[in-house]
Amino acid sequence: MAYTIVGKSVPRIDAVAKVTGKAKYTDDFFERDMLVGKVLRSPYAHALVKHIDTTKAKELPGVKAVLTYQDVPQIKFATAGHPFNLDPSHQDKADRLILTGKARFVGDAVAAVVATDELIAEEALRLIEVEYEQLEALLTSEAAMKEGAPLIHEDCPHNILSDRGFRMGNLEEAFLAADTVVEGEYETSMVQHCHLENHISYAYVDTHDRIVIVTSTQIPHIIRRIVGQALGIPWGRIRVIKPYVGGGFGAKQDACLEPLTAAMTLAVGGQPVKLNYSREECMIDTRRRHDFKFKIKSGVTRDGKILGMHIEAVSNTGAYASHGHSIAGAGGSKFRYLYAIPAIKYEPKTVYTNLPVAGAMRGYGSPQMVYALECHIEDIAKKLNLDPIEIRRKNLIEIGHVDPLSQNKIMSSGIRECIDKGKALIRWEAKKEAYQQQAGDKRRGLGMAAFSYASGTHPIGLEIAGARIVLNQDGSVQVQIGATEIGQGSDTVFAQMVAEVLGLPIDRVHVVSEQDTDISPFDTGAYASRQTYISGMAVKKAAEEIKAKILDFAWGLTDIPAHALDLKEQNVVYKHSGESVLPLAEVALSTYYDTVFAQPITSDVSNNARVNAVPYGVTFAEVEVDLKTGKIEILEIYNVHDSGTIVNPRLAEGQVHGGVSMGIGYALSEQLLFDPKTGKPLNNNLLDYKLPTIMDTPDIGVAFVETHEPTGSFGVKSLGEPPALSPAPAIRNAVLDATGVAFNQLPMNPQRVFEKLKQAGLI
Amino acid sequence: MYDIQNYQEALTLSEATETLTRNPRMRIIAGGTDLLIKLHGGQIEAAELLSIRNIEALSHIEKRPDGVISIGPLATFTQMTQDPVIKAHVPILAEAAVSMGGPQIRNIATIGGNVCNGATSADSASSLFALEAELVLISSRGSRVLPISEFYLGPGKVDLRAGEILTEIRILPRHYVGFGGHYIKFAMRKAMDIATLGVAVLCKLEAGNILAEVKIGLGVAGPTPLRCFEAEAYAVGKAVSTDVLNEVGRLAIRSAKARTSWRASKEYREHLIQELVPRALREAIVQAGGGEIA
Repeated sequence: MAYTIVGKSVPRIDAVAKVTGKAKYTDDFFERDMLVGKVLRSPYAHALVKHIDTTKAKELPGVKAVLTYQDVPQIKFATAGHPFNLDPSHQDKADRLILTGKARFVGDAVAAVVATDELIAEEALRLIEVEYEQLEALLTSEAAMKEGAPLIHEDCPHNILSDRGFRMGNLEEAFLAADTVVEGEYETSMVQHCHLENHISYAYVDTHDRIVIVTSTQIPHIIRRIVGQALGIPWGRIRVIKPYVGGGFGAKQDACLEPLTAAMTLAVGGQPVKLNYSREECMIDTRRRHDFKFKIKSGVTRDGKILGMHIEAVSNTGAYASHGHSIAGAGGSKFRYLYAIPAIKYEPKTVYTNLPVAGAMRGYGSPQMVYALECHIEDIAKKLNLDPIEIRRKNLIEIGHVDPLSQNKIMSSGIRECIDKGKALIRWEAKKEAYQQQAGDKRRGLGMAAFSYASGTHPIGLEIAGARIVLNQDGSVQVQIGATEIGQGSDTVFAQMVAEVLGLPIDRVHVVSEQDTDISPFDTGAYASRQTYISGMAVKKAAEEIKAKILDFAWGLTDIPAHALDLKEQNVVYKHSGESVLPLAEVALSTYYDTVFAQPITSDVSNNARVNAVPYGVTFAEVEVDLKTGKIEILEIYNVHDSGTIVNPRLAEGQVHGGVSMGIGYALSEQLLFDPKTGKPLNNNLLDYKLPTIMDTPDIGVAFVETHEPTGSFGVKSLGEPPALSPAPAIRNAVLDATGVAFNQLPMNPQRVFEKLKQAGLI
Repeated sequence: MYDIQNYQEALTLSEATETLTRNPRMRIIAGGTDLLIKLHGGQIEAAELLSIRNIEALSHIEKRPDGVISIGPLATFTQMTQDPVIKAHVPILAEAAVSMGGPQIRNIATIGGNVCNGATSADSASSLFALEAELVLISSRGSRVLPISEFYLGPGKVDLRAGEILTEIRILPRHYVGFGGHYIKFAMRKAMDIATLGVAVLCKLEAGNILAEVKIGLGVAGPTPLRCFEAEAYAVGKAVSTDVLNEVGRLAIRSAKARTSWRASKEYREHLIQELVPRALREAIVQAGGGEIA
């Protein structure tokens, strides 16, 4: 389908504001008499607070308030940034207090201070005297589940938060019919989002006795609800404002610090208080990715058809539930759209441990699952001596497939074309040939991996989105959305959609980037790769509504029926010929000032999307392994995506660059480490946590296979999370190709590669 | 926000030494790239800082008529990567300098700070050890000259006495003239990282392929940077060959005091020494005018 602005690489509408430093982030706002909040964190992984004495801290000049767990509402609340569920049995796990009397990880917040400046606040923290009773620290999933282990949360036996899985088809029959059974174990690591802007918020009480919270969040409307729940006050008494945000990747799809910030301002009579976490704090007390251990067993025919798969997964959610209960479930559902496996049994266990809290992170359980699955498929191919690409092709799902559990129907798929394109880009055949006979210390290899995902959360979650458009006097428009720009480029994409429908150039569409729960339409926010697909539906609906109103108004002015009219290049035109009837600006001016018919035009819509669309893609990677040092170098890497229509190719490419770079870190270097005895963090800073730099990132090849998804506005599907899903297994499979050694644990850092190559006799 | 209680700037060396004598609690700050991190991390509280950044006489890099290369402690890493004297005569120091941090850090971090911080992982240290650099230390009581190997006392500990300022790093002609060298920083990342192992090797050849002198400096192979004397002594007089190189690597481990930490195991560190010392020596031989070894 031919569009005018959709599909064009228009520059980001916030680019100039951001590169000139004019764009304001939470820390750029100044309130008079702003105070500073600081948190006292437990030095123990599992401990009861026996006694806490704040006398000395309170006496320190400049200290305005000291809070302990006794000073905050004793209401357990859930932090996960999901839409509220009216069914109590589907609500998120409420297991957290704003400050705790039982520390469940090193860094858990037991007290807090509000003071006139940071140094005084820090000094006050040192003056708080806490007596702890240490409990046994459960630092692995195995330790947490063993018989007789202490309970981290009293209501969860065996420390298992959730074990809801599924089964489909008859697995026993599948294994009986199989020629071969292939088994494998795969393990992923704890990693962190490392978004550029740390977690930060500030709060004050306004003149109407309402709490105003300015915060770096992906989910302002959800934060309003969670703060209301945590404080036990009506949700309407809270106003949440989201300014520009410097990235979130899921860590800000969670109420990490807003309830505490609100409690702090209440403790000082409503004076503004800023809570600004350092990088070191962010890396232990916001969220991280769940580390998973998988056991997979597959029944396969001799020619590579997978008949059945049994997947056991243990997911370590850390000290509090956050999104834990739904992440293992999401990981188990989104891969089902890739291969037609008739029988699957999925048995996940999500386990509490005394480690920092895991939550949402780009891919939401799928990077773990795709890693395990795509390592496993490779292992099957190797065992059966089949071509790894052909075995995948043989099992791919076809258009029209309906998932028996979610009832989501595949209506578009470019996975086969993605594979072809990736294979051609990396020159698979020629290199495979060239690398057959290798000697010396450096060995090269090729690998690939595929994925399927989803666009939003239907049917598990509510997918509601709102948009509002106002036609200005000069024929330009304002667009307000509830969806949040957090750096991914959604504002620009929405502007393109509106411009497309209304026949406007992009600079006549002004998107209000800030969300304010008092003003912005309701939308649950940036997560689940939902905004272009889900919020895009609301934006298109609002644009079409305002277009209809404009044409109706023009009918009144011209006597030409609205159905004969269209909007093009800022004119009202004849639909059949494109001939101009009158300028849009003239119509717009009349809507405001016509003495008889004036009625300024707006639209205000909400859309409840009860559909989902499945994006696909592949990574192809070429690596060189230094057998002597254990270093893996990525020589070439390509991600090819089917995300339906690409609204803005340059922005889409940026998404892929970011996701692949995240996938490379996941594959080769990133890992949060904790002392195995005490649970103390070892590397909660960006020197010791090996986030790849740009120097470590090879040129990332990006290509798209554009399909047209019938359910998406303009044919779109999701792209936010997908780029991060398949790089790690593709790199692992390339290393297997290069060395013959199967690495089934992430990350493949030099120390680990050295150990494994030594085991294999290559060193 | 940093916990700085007192901050002064000295414009001349004598002003600096006098201020230090008057108030021995003062710490010297130059680029601040190590010190401010310590302040941020709470390892230093209520800091009293004496900035020497404005003492112009301390930022030179020059080759004196007697051949001594003199480096002022305020020379930045960027300066060292670009300086013609360094590039022409002691290129391993430029190689080490460019491996440090990122451009912003290199623009402000100084070589004097890198040395006085006393870290075994200091990017300049293994090269300075191989070059047998001498340090000039001045206080209001006088001055002394110390080989760099005696300056490093332990992790984060250096022989900088109360009131003393490092004023010059010297590299004598007999330690660089005729040598070829190579530096390998082995780290998890290509920038913004701390070395897992730093290897600086210098060598001199006779008759095209006889090793006349070899000097091996290692960083992060022990609590302080160190030299591999046993391996160096073995190499002298040997004709270049793969076997000799491998033996040098094997012997280098004996001088190291590697230990297991969460960053890397002792076994892996020693393996890296054995592997990377010959790799650096191989390249140093080429730099010294020798041939490539197959």
